[in-house]
Amino acid sequence: MRAASSPLSTNRQPAALRRLLRSHLGPYRRVLALVIVLQAVQTTATLILPHLNANLLDSGVLQGDNSGVWREGGLMVAFSFVQIAFAAAAVWFGARMTMAFARDVRRDLFHQVTSYSAREVGRFGAPSLITRITNDVQQVQQLTVLAATMMLAAPLTMVIGIVMALREDTGLSVVPLVSVPMAGVLLGSIVYRMVPAFQLMQTRIDRVNGVLREQITGIRVVRAFVREPQETERFERANADLTETSLRTGRLMASMFPTVGLIVNVSSLGVLWLGANRIDAGQMQIGSLVAYLSYLMQILIAVVMGTFMVSMIPRAAVAAERIVEVLDTDSSVRPPDHPVTETAEHGTLEFRNVSFAYAGAQTAVLHDISFKVAAGQTLAIIGSTGSGKTTLVNLIARLFDATEGTVLVDGVDVRQLHPDLLWGRIGYVPQRGYLFSGTVASNLRFGRPGATDEELWDALEVAQGAGFVQAMPDGLASPIAQGGSNVSGGQRQRLSIARALVARPEIYVFDDSFSALDLATDARLRAALTPRTRDAAVVIVAQRVSTIIDADEILVLEDGEVVGRGTHSELVDGCPTYAEIVASQLGAGAVA
Amino acid sequence: MSGNGEHQNGNGNGHDPAGNGNGNGVRAGANGRGAPGCNGGGGDDDEQHLLTTTGRAARRGSFGPGGGHGMPAEKSKDFKGSIKRLGQILGAEKNLLIVVALLSVASVSLVVIGPRLLGQATDIIVSGVTGGGIDFGALHRKLLIVAAIYLGSWALAYGQAWLLAGVLQRSMFGLREQVEAKIHRLPLSYIDRQARGDLLSRVTNDIDNLAQSLQQTTSQILTNLLTLIGVLVMMFVIDPILAAVAFVTVPTSVILMKQIGGRARPRFISQWRYTGALNGQAEEVFTGHAIVKSYGRQADVEQRFSADNEQLYQASFGAQFMASLIMPVMVFMGNLQFILIAVVGGLRIASGSLTVGEMQALIQYARQFSMPLSHLASMAATFQSGIASLERVLELLDADEQSPEPEATAHPGPVKGRVVFDDVHFAYDPAKPLIEGLTVVAEPGQTVAIVGPTGAGKTTLVNLLMRFYDLDGGRITLDGRDIASIPRHELRSEIGMVLQDTWLFGGTIRDNLAYGNPTATDEQIMEAARVTYVDRFVHSLPDGYDTVINDEGDNISAGEKQLITIARAFLADPSILILDEATSSVDTRTEVLIQEAMNRLRSQRTSFVIAHRLSTIRGADVILVMDGGRIVEQGSHDDLLAHDGPYARLYSAQFAGQAT
Repeated sequence: MRAASSPLSTNRQPAALRRLLRSHLGPYRRVLALVIVLQAVQTTATLILPHLNANLLDSGVLQGDNSGVWREGGLMVAFSFVQIAFAAAAVWFGARMTMAFARDVRRDLFHQVTSYSAREVGRFGAPSLITRITNDVQQVQQLTVLAATMMLAAPLTMVIGIVMALREDTGLSVVPLVSVPMAGVLLGSIVYRMVPAFQLMQTRIDRVNGVLREQITGIRVVRAFVREPQETERFERANADLTETSLRTGRLMASMFPTVGLIVNVSSLGVLWLGANRIDAGQMQIGSLVAYLSYLMQILIAVVMGTFMVSMIPRAAVAAERIVEVLDTDSSVRPPDHPVTETAEHGTLEFRNVSFAYAGAQTAVLHDISFKVAAGQTLAIIGSTGSGKTTLVNLIARLFDATEGTVLVDGVDVRQLHPDLLWGRIGYVPQRGYLFSGTVASNLRFGRPGATDEELWDALEVAQGAGFVQAMPDGLASPIAQGGSNVSGGQRQRLSIARALVARPEIYVFDDSFSALDLATDARLRAALTPRTRDAAVVIVAQRVSTIIDADEILVLEDGEVVGRGTHSELVDGCPTYAEIVASQLGAGAVA
Repeated sequence: MSGNGEHQNGNGNGHDPAGNGNGNGVRAGANGRGAPGCNGGGGDDDEQHLLTTTGRAARRGSFGPGGGHGMPAEKSKDFKGSIKRLGQILGAEKNLLIVVALLSVASVSLVVIGPRLLGQATDIIVSGVTGGGIDFGALHRKLLIVAAIYLGSWALAYGQAWLLAGVLQRSMFGLREQVEAKIHRLPLSYIDRQARGDLLSRVTNDIDNLAQSLQQTTSQILTNLLTLIGVLVMMFVIDPILAAVAFVTVPTSVILMKQIGGRARPRFISQWRYTGALNGQAEEVFTGHAIVKSYGRQADVEQRFSADNEQLYQASFGAQFMASLIMPVMVFMGNLQFILIAVVGGLRIASGSLTVGEMQALIQYARQFSMPLSHLASMAATFQSGIASLERVLELLDADEQSPEPEATAHPGPVKGRVVFDDVHFAYDPAKPLIEGLTVVAEPGQTVAIVGPTGAGKTTLVNLLMRFYDLDGGRITLDGRDIASIPRHELRSEIGMVLQDTWLFGGTIRDNLAYGNPTATDEQIMEAARVTYVDRFVHSLPDGYDTVINDEGDNISAGEKQLITIARAFLADPSILILDEATSSVDTRTEVLIQEAMNRLRSQRTSFVIAHRLSTIRGADVILVMDGGRIVEQGSHDDLLAHDGPYARLYSAQFAGQAT
């Protein structure tokens, strides 16, 4: 995943962040403008206090006018309340805006991913997509929150502070003019060195964690091969590398605060040194001098805050790039502009010279596949791992589109069919039964929400699942955990078969769905299935010869090509690959 | 990490201590076929799911310094005790720490003196204005002294932080080393019992979190505390009355913080709850993407996601508002303090009990005071979460270790390989005895196959023979020596093992093949790869033997991984061989092809073969049929078929389909 942010792409990261902000913060630009105004008012209110304090000193205290002290004091209190009121409002709208921003990004990411075909999901990988919608969004959100609350205030404080300071006395401008850029340059150079150090540190942390993870997940192998000393050595190298980088970043960080402190302090010395001359010459008042010191302090604190914020940007930029990457990727399976909504045929499936290659891959996964299955017929596909069986099946439901040739469902090119119609006609049962959190019933109704309980039970009977569902304390209402992790693999498989049956599709696709079942259950299930699929085409992908022995036609796949087709008895004699598969499962001499 | 709890109970795995113990869930799937009606078949997906979840959680956690997905800071259990332990960890550098403390005190004292002297400089100006001209000589002397003080304090502070960073990083280096060494000393029972995600999180995320929070806080906490004390002292030295007035705001601030914090907490809790719900939905839908698509349920899942997304928005808005409010409120309180000093100070200047310079100093002190106060508040939380992590690491470091190693004995010469299980008793859970009075004799060179349903204790025999677990009763001997009297590393180097759980480490295929025999020559590696059919698929990989693979990597298939582990055992050339479902992911045709390699691997060696595919074990010298920790039948394939017992039933169940 981290490979996605390789050095090549580092230049794209800030651009990605900018784009993401423009596209998703754009709708809230009025709120953003409001927040800026609110922040400006609250900053001004805070920054006016030293000025009022100067008045209090110059026209109150030094003139011996106590009522002046109270008047200016009262004004100061009034301005503090203005500050807190506007600041609270800024925080309120800022939180609204940034949280809405995060919500919208999440919504769009989710929408984008659900519109993906299996190809895009496979390219990113589900775990990576999940990280992007959770952790990466959070990273960007954090940056926007800081921006709305502090990052906006920092430049405002700097600008307004300088204006206020100049209003007190222009003759002292040389101090902020020297110290502010100096602070900026010094901090900037530290941050500049820190960012790559942090990135390096992250890869080294990953390395240390990776070694530890391997040691734990592979502990039996490590111990069995007595590799503890080598493992320790490997770990020590990673650990030493990490310590070296952490030390470097730690020491860079360590230099930051004292340096800023030094600049602030030396600047106040400069103010007093120069201010004394101006006061002596009658160009400036004492109160202004005290106020000036306050302003300088606030301006420099703003510089520190600003720098800190800037150092947060690279991390958020990496996350933004990963988000934008998903948003920019369109599904490779596009719905037709003028979809066909009616078909003449029902329950037929045909492949016409279909080839398929993954994008960028040299060799085709499937090569020139043709077959036709009519309603009531069963087509079986067998072949060893990697022969392309699952890819072939994926083409039917348009999880992928064929790169050459045509896939026809009910006599129509699947690319011409409306997706809802297409999916409604296919009952797909994957290799690994995946169930969603909810109940048995909610899972069974996945393909047809209106199905009655009787229909559910009927499907369960066929799928050989009625027995264990009845045995569950709540029957159809029994809870199912995410992924179906609270039922066994065999049960999960039978439920996902029942789910397909409930949907009453015209084409059944069983992608190695029977391998988790024992042979007896497998046989009973297929027997019960036959009367139910009289009007439908059935495609069965299998590893076990016994599962497909009765199929009307068997395709033997090898490296993406059909190397044999026919019935079981035809293939045993006519197809050496098939005969080998049979032999490997039955043992020599048992071929019937 | 999530969902581990679910895995422990519920499915077939739950009542399979052996399966659970090993993380070899696939066997459960296998046995579902072998023994109809057995509630097996669940392991495969779950283990996969568990592994991916774990990997993801770890990755997620390790993304970026500070994590960023900010779990609520956990409370520590024994704060004082943990601080003491932290002291011990850092204690190795006691002398440096003392230097650091001295530097901090010196630097802070200098910083704290600054405003006071600047105030005096202001007073020189003020008296010059009201009197007859400013004494520039005195003013410049004063300012130069302050400059020297500031420069000195900068050097001291920098030196302090520089040294402290070294102390912290070296200590973390040491802690990580301790944890790594501990992993090798922990009994497997500990590692198997822990949820794997949790254990991984301890050794990775928690140590990271500890290192980061210490780095962020220790230096700052120290100087901030010292600054608070110094500033307090200086303010009271200058003007006790005004100082007392200024501090009226402090308790108010604290109360306000508590109020806001109390309001923020439930909002944060609901924010985390909805975040969890949303992540769960994304995980579910993205993982089950194919089903969602093929059943046309896109609109539906999006609607559900939107509903929760909206809830999260509401909750996180509240949480964020409250959290962000703290800053302005702190600024507000700081301003009020400023005003108090200005007004009361102004009146006191008028009455002649305070100078302008002193008031200016007080204002600067007040700013210096409120900054560290709000810093400390946020750092306390970071520090707390660091300590909570430390406690989780300490729990691991304090865990009981495996039984001590016996004295290394004089090497008794080449191992012949006679293995005897003699009246062995064993249980993972004392309340549930698993193996009771098991006796098995394997003569040198024999192949012993073990079959039976999930939970029968097959893999447990492997655990015991490898001394991953110690026996509760009886003994296991190798050539007549009790294996408990043989040092573990010596025993294990005699035994080669191929597990169904194909663990490969991140590295090239070549390195993985040579894992058990680092001195193997290239010719030996190639030879092993050829006979195990590894060579065939390696040639189709872009980088051949230098292709980098890892445990989670998907550039090679599960079956190919298994072939590599077989080649690995082949190269290690052990005296005794254990094959635990070693070819379960290899398709049946390839299995036939590597059969010859397997036969060669087994010849001249005592071998234990566990397999549910009966075709794999047909040629064994002895087949043990296990059930419920006992051997219910034993003999050769033909004997057992003739006997028409459990084995014959298993056999016909597997081959019934083909026979018709």
